[in-house]
Parts: sequence; structure tokens; C-alpha cells
Amino acid sequence: MSPRLLAQARYYFPAVAVFVLVIGTWEVIVRVLNVERFLLPRPSEIYTSLVENWDVLAVAGRNTLIEAVGGFAIGLVAGLLVAFATASFALARGALMPFAIAANAVPIVAFAPIMNNWFGVTSPVSKMMIVAVLVFFPVMINVVRGLTSAEPAVLELMRSYAATDAEVLRKVRIPAALPYFFTALKVSATLSLIGAIVGEYFGGANEVLGRLIVESAAFLRFSTAWAAIIIAAAIGIGFYLLIIALERVLMPWHASVRAREP
Amino acid sequence: MTGSPPIVRLGSVGKQFAVAGGSTVALEGIELAIAAGEFVSLIGPSGCGKSTLLRIIGDLIRPSSGTVEVNGKPAVRARRDRDYGMVFQAPVLFDWRTIEQNVQLPLEIMNTTRGDRARRAAEMLDLVELADFRRHYPWQLSGGMQQRAAIARALAFEPKLLLMDEPFGALDEMTRERMNDELLRIWERTGTTIVFVTHSIPEAVFLSSRVVVMSRRPGRITHVIDVDLPRPRTDPTRESERYFELVTAVREALRSERGAEDLGALDAAEITGEPLA
Amino acid sequence: MTAASATLGRRAPTVSAHGLGGMLRGAASFVAVIALLVIAWEAAKWIAGDPWREVLGVPFEPPHVPWLDIKQLNDQNLPHVWEIVGAYFRPATRNSDFTLGAVLIDAAIFTGRSAVLGFAAGAIFGLILAIVFVHSALLERALVPYVIASQTVPIVALAPMIVLWVGRDWGSVVLVSAYLTFFPVTIAAVRGLASPDPRALELMRSYATGWWHVLWKVRFPAALPYLFTAFKISATASVVGAIVGEEPTGIRGGLGRAILQFNEQYISGPEKLWATVFACAVLGITLFLIVRVAETLVLRGRSAPSDL
Repeated sequence: MSPRLLAQARYYFPAVAVFVLVIGTWEVIVRVLNVERFLLPRPSEIYTSLVENWDVLAVAGRNTLIEAVGGFAIGLVAGLLVAFATASFALARGALMPFAIAANAVPIVAFAPIMNNWFGVTSPVSKMMIVAVLVFFPVMINVVRGLTSAEPAVLELMRSYAATDAEVLRKVRIPAALPYFFTALKVSATLSLIGAIVGEYFGGANEVLGRLIVESAAFLRFSTAWAAIIIAAAIGIGFYLLIIALERVLMPWHASVRAREP
Repeated sequence: MTGSPPIVRLGSVGKQFAVAGGSTVALEGIELAIAAGEFVSLIGPSGCGKSTLLRIIGDLIRPSSGTVEVNGKPAVRARRDRDYGMVFQAPVLFDWRTIEQNVQLPLEIMNTTRGDRARRAAEMLDLVELADFRRHYPWQLSGGMQQRAAIARALAFEPKLLLMDEPFGALDEMTRERMNDELLRIWERTGTTIVFVTHSIPEAVFLSSRVVVMSRRPGRITHVIDVDLPRPRTDPTRESERYFELVTAVREALRSERGAEDLGALDAAEITGEPLA
Repeated sequence: MTAASATLGRRAPTVSAHGLGGMLRGAASFVAVIALLVIAWEAAKWIAGDPWREVLGVPFEPPHVPWLDIKQLNDQNLPHVWEIVGAYFRPATRNSDFTLGAVLIDAAIFTGRSAVLGFAAGAIFGLILAIVFVHSALLERALVPYVIASQTVPIVALAPMIVLWVGRDWGSVVLVSAYLTFFPVTIAAVRGLASPDPRALELMRSYATGWWHVLWKVRFPAALPYLFTAFKISATASVVGAIVGEEPTGIRGGLGRAILQFNEQYISGPEKLWATVFACAVLGITLFLIVRVAETLVLRGRSAPSDL
């Protein structure tokens, strides 16, 4: 094995070891202590349920993913538009930033019933709107911070070049905002999936993960519920990893991306 | 000098800043003329306004009074026409650009064609001997190398005037001496006029044709010392007697406008920033 | 770290240097935006909602008929602002002795209590985890992926199971709340505890201090700005956790239950649901503000100004 591969393997080994250890111990404890089935199904049971119900799970996963991604896109675009508008005008910034930060503190999911009433309980749009609002605020706040983060020394340099505001925006502010943008994306990626599922909890079409989890739990079919949770977690992790990959491509120069090399 | 008009002409330049409870006079009655191709250093105690003066020449700060002419035009026009380049103490390179792209930055803003940009950048990087590091990112270079890249960037569009604000202040002594040699070599090659702000007396004497000594706040020009050391200046120059005489002269000029008995009170004033009684 | 990357790379979070003054300005801006939103709300209804028969008791003769008709803006879906405000002062339900406002305040306190407890538990756990990670790179590499993964698990789905495990109503809510709080705190604390200048740590080593003193005197103070940033996020998360945790268990007395209840009564009284939702918003903002004030007091004098 090449030394690089070996180094990577060594780096990830502890995490993998923990996984194996936990799953193994879980299985053994449940078997040996005969813990009540429904409290904590054995990993092997969960796996079986995963395989058996794969069709249903896949469809539900897809539908929930559509809600999450749709809302993510809407919130992202809206957040970017408002952020660019706000960053350009100090007055707007002074007025809107405190509001956005406070609004970010509101439990958005409380609006889920209202969205359901507006757009229809079974429609994916109602969940998309919840996700969009959830995503909008972190994106807007972080992008405004990023666009206004340029150091005075850099702005002085650009002034010495008699650069126009548009040039400063393109060449300085936007690249400087990228790290903040990706912070927002990472937060939003996880939020969008959770938002979709929690939104579904207040009511949704039948083939979505949120309802699947809740109904399986209601019928005490906990291994199915866990299987659905695993699918949800897998999708969430996948989304997050996608963002990290994108980050590595677009910001190879950034300290945090460099530091990740094992 | 050939009798061509001065590149920089300052007439009765003054600058006041508003501070809590009034205003403070940073600069007063600055008269200075710098001819084409000269190397002029500004030196003075902390807070004397030399960086402010440099920025006034570069139209990054407006003077409260007086006139500033660069290349025969008002400073504002000279900046818009991009007649000068600036190098700061921090290299201020963009993290997200390679060295090559950093050097091309001013050329991009000036809408130079892509081919010309690449050519100029390559020339400049050769000049500062960083050609091998064109594709590197700033974080991969040492402090001295980053400053060289900043100098390459400042010279990329062949400005008539180069303004430098303690560019080597963050470097160690040996690197600084090397950078001084490099700078002189570049200066001789390009014939640019340089206005150089520094804290270091040896550096000012080694590099300049003239050393302008400023007083503490309110900053005034107290002495202008001609440095008649022969060029090219190299290590032997640093060990010559005339060099030491000039360094001593500058040091005494810096000391002269405050008597020995004022030294204690002066230090206190510099700490609190309050004017002496 | 190069000077260049120092300008644009990682920086510690900053605190408003204007402290209370800055916050008051922020509050004023907030109120101004709310006022604008209220105007926009009613303006939208004026243009595209249901016909207006009266405003605050003053009748319109003939009624104003808006020019467009958008379903989301009609009186059922977007009650008039004064209807919502009025709902706080009217009885909560038909035969209730209490006004909706009183009921909601009680519910908010109930939920708020769970949220605060969850926040405290989550913050403590997150801090301990971070301290472990900072001192053991091995454990960090082993466990951080799971810490991250834990946030992708929809905790609400585990709530029924948590109730069975914990066996007590509010305990499970606190657990859900803590689950949502600990992640931002862990991540921020790891960054913050590892942020001191290596030279400061060297200095401590030269004094032959034990790891505990280093932790208390150097790492922890350095971590405080990062912690407060995380606390602001966690304050919200803990409220979300509390509300959502109350749902499946149907715990009486909390805002989660109130949302479910007034959602059922939506057809007859949409303004009550809106009133409840705004009560949740106020709770979230209140906890956020408490953290913000604490931040101003604890971090007074440190660092440079920032937005709220």
C-alpha cells in the first residue's frame, strides 16, 4: 500500500473501530440481557428490516430528499439575493441584520402547521417552505458577514488601484465570503433534512420518512423505525459530504480545507 | 537631476484628525519635492505621521490643507490614472490566488489583455526571483518571499512612483538586508521613483539618495539629509566610515529636536498620547 | 499563519464593543422591521386578500374588495394582525376561564423551563466532550464523525422511544433538548479550547502547571467567545427541541401541545394558532437575548465590534 493510503487508513481507523465496537457490543448486549425487543432492536434485526422494507424506504427517502433539496434551493437563492442587497447598503445592514439574527432564533418548525394549512398537508411544497425559511437565515447572515469581512488593508490596496465597487465585489468580497458561505451551507444541509422530517411530523404525504418513522413507532415496529432513521441519517451525511467535496474543489486554498489532509 | 519637473510636490500640506474631545494635528506645513528617479526615505519617531504622509501622496487620505501633486497632476487624478504603486508592511496578498494571479491583480483591473498580463507578471516575477513559485499560494511562501511578490505586484504596471510603507518591518535583520539589496537592484533596473517609510536608520541611509527626518506629532520636516554614498551600494558600503557618519547624522537629527532633559517626559507622552504641557 | 491568511482565515468571533448601547440600537432596528412587516402584511391583504368589512371596529361601507385573490392571503390563512393580537385577550377555548395570553404564558414558561434545563445539560455535556477531544487526539478522531452524524438523525423520531427509556414526561423533553444543544457547543468548544497561541501554552508549561490549570486559566478563557457564538445557536435549538419533544408525548402544559391543539381548531380560529406560533417565536428570541446579554457582560471589553 502506498504510504499516503496507509496514512489515511491510520487516520480513519479509530472511527471505524468505534463503529465496529459499538455495533458488536449492542448486538451482544441485547442478545445476552434479552432487553425488551421494542426498546432496542438488535442491529441484525434493524438490518433485516432495512432489507425487507427497502422499496418503501427508498421511495420515502426520495420524497423527503426532494422536499429537503427543494427547500434548500429556495432558501439558498433567497438568502443570497437578500444578502447581496443588504451588504451593499449600510442602512439596510443595520436594520436587517439584527432582525435576521433574532429571526434565526425563532423555532421555525412552529410554523409547520401554518405552512401545511397554506400549501396543503400532503403537498411537498409545504415542507419545502419550512426548509426554505430554515435555510434562508443562516445563509443570509453568513453571506452578509462574509461580504463585509474584507480587511481595511485589502480595501486600501484596491483603492490605490482606483478599482470600482463592482471590481472590489468580484475580486475581493466574493472570494472572501466563500468560507462563510460554506459554513452556512454545511449548517443548512443538515437543517434541511431535519426540517423536512420534522415538518412531515406535523402532517405529510404517506410515503415520506417522517411519517414512516412516526407510524412505525406507533405500531411498535421499532426496527422499521430505526431503519428509516438510518436512511435519513445516511442521506443527511451524504448531503454534508457533498458540501465538503464542493468546498475542497472551490476553496483548496483555505486553511480549514488544508488542515483536513491527514 | 535633469531639470524635469518633480514627480512629487507637496505644498504646505497639513492633516488634522478628529478625535474624542477635539482634533489632533498629525502633519503641519509639509513642503517636499521629489525628483524623478530619486529614492527618498521618510523617517521619524512613532506617531510622527510618516505613514499618513505617504497615504496623502497616494490619495488614500485627503490632506486638510495644502496641495499634493503627483506627476504634475493633483493626487486624485494620479491615483485614477494609476501613476503609482503601493507596498504595505503586510504583503496583503489574496489567499485565494496563486502568486502569479496576485501579481496580475492590478493588470486585471486596468483591463490589460490576458497575454500581456501573463507576460508582465512573468517579467516581474523574474525580476524579484520568484519565477519558480508562480503557481504557489501565499501561505506556501515565507514572509520575505511574500513581500517580494507584493513588490512584483506593485511594479507590474510600471508605475512612475512606488510608495512603500515599512515593507520590511516584519522581517528579521538578515532577510531585511538582503531585501534592501534586492530593492536597490530592482530600483536601478526600473528607474522608478521610490518614497520609502521606515523606522530603521541604517535602512534609510543604505537605500536612499535623501533621508527626510520628521518630528514627532505634529509631524513636520525637520531635516533633509543628502546621502552621498556611491552606488551601487553593497555590503562593503555598510562597513564604510561615511556610512557610519551618515547614520550618526540621522540619529542626531532625530534626537536633536528634543533635548536630553525632555527624554523622560517624552516617553510618558508617547505612552499616554497627551500633549506635553 | 501568513499575514494574508490571518486577514481572511480563521478569526475568533467578536463581540459588540458598544455593549448595551449597540444592543439597544439593534432592538430599535428589530422593532422597525417588525413595524414594516406588519404594514406589509396588511398591505398584502388589502391588495390580494378577502374583502375588508371593518378595521378595528370602524366599518367600511361598502366593503373594500381587493384587486387580486391569493389563497394564502385570505382571512382564514393570514388573519388580520389585530385579530391575532386580540386573540391573546380572549378566552383560550370556548369554556375556558383563562385568556389565551395567560395560557400561552404558562405554556411558554413550562416549555422554557425544559429548554433551559436541556440547554444546560447539553452545554455541559458538549463542554466535557470537547475537553476530552482537546486532550486526546485519538478519541477526537474516533468520535467526531459520530458527533457530526448524530445531528443528521432526526431526534424527534426517537422521542417516543426516549420517553419509554426515561419514563418521565419532562425528562424526555429535556433529553431531546439537550441532544440538539450539545453539538454546536462541542464543535465550538473544540475550536475555542484549541485556539490559544501555542506560545501561551508554552509559557504555562514553563511554569510547570498541570493540565487542569492550563485548561482553566488559558484554554477556557480563550474559548469563551466561541462558546457564546455556539450558545446563541443552542438557545434556539433547545427551544426547538423542547417544543418538538413535547409533541409525541402530548405533554400537557407546554407550547408543543398548544400548537397541536390550536392546529386542530384551525378552521374555527386560525388566529389562535398564529398567536401560539408567535408565542414560540418570543420564547426563542427571549432565550437568545438572555444569552446575548450574558455574552456582553462576560466578554466585556474584549475584541472588536461586530453585528448583533
